[in-house]
Amino acid sequence: MVHWSAEEKQLIASVWAKVNVEECGAEALARLLIVYPWTQRFFDNFGNLSSPTAIIGNPKVRAHGKKVLTSFGDAIKNLDNIKGTYSKLSELHCDKLHVDPENFRLLGDILVIVLASHFGRDFTPSCQFAWQKLVGVVAHALARKYH
Amino acid sequence: MVLHANDKSNVKAVFGKIGGQAEEYGAETLERMFATYPQTKTYFPHFDLGKGSAQVKGHGKKVAAALVEAANNVDDIAGALSKLSDLHAQKLRVDPVNFKLLGQCFLVVVASHNPSLLTPEVHASLDKFLCAVGTVLTAKYR
Repeated sequence: MVHWSAEEKQLIASVWAKVNVEECGAEALARLLIVYPWTQRFFDNFGNLSSPTAIIGNPKVRAHGKKVLTSFGDAIKNLDNIKGTYSKLSELHCDKLHVDPENFRLLGDILVIVLASHFGRDFTPSCQFAWQKLVGVVAHALARKYH
Repeated sequence: MVLHANDKSNVKAVFGKIGGQAEEYGAETLERMFATYPQTKTYFPHFDLGKGSAQVKGHGKKVAAALVEAANNVDDIAGALSKLSDLHAQKLRVDPVNFKLLGQCFLVVVASHNPSLLTPEVHASLDKFLCAVGTVLTAKYR
């Protein structure tokens, strides 16, 4: 089980309280598809991903980004049992979606950058530590049921 | 992985905008790296890594200068950083995985200081550039 200090929990919660899940989620997923274009391989049915402008404006990208980040919220509500929270999602990503877990790490890093761009100086090094830890734990939990 | 014309111009533009703040960005990048990835501190047992450390500031300045040099010579990063590449291979031998960690922290610094500068396209180019720098610095490892 992952240990979270009181400070880490507070840093995660205080940032999350100010996050616009729809906007941040959409931006994080769009940046993933733009910065690491090979990740587009999972989204053949999303329509137009032909340029950064197309990706950013794509309604399926926005909707899926919101879905993904909303799921992050579940982890934050259950910091002491992220493994359990993501057990079924892990199976889904392995058995049905066939997503290389490296993609979870890539998205996590992008999310941290998006948060930094929204929160500026408030996204302190301690904040970054807590959030990089969180995205790492989420990535690990999503990869856990792979076989 | 190749830097295309648009990547090179994005990188030049970013460093042009950052200008004299590069040193400050370098120091903060290191500060964030040590805080976020404590294992990176193992390369600096001889440093005071406390908040505001003059040694970290000084080293951040060097790191920033190298990135600026690479950006100014983006058509030949390998040439521009050849001596640094030798140094990393022969003396420093920083494990290659750490260059990605430094890169991540540099992007976070740019994002937090200058969010409007880090558009998705620029983000992509800068990420590629930082990868290229890491590749050059580890190219002579074996």
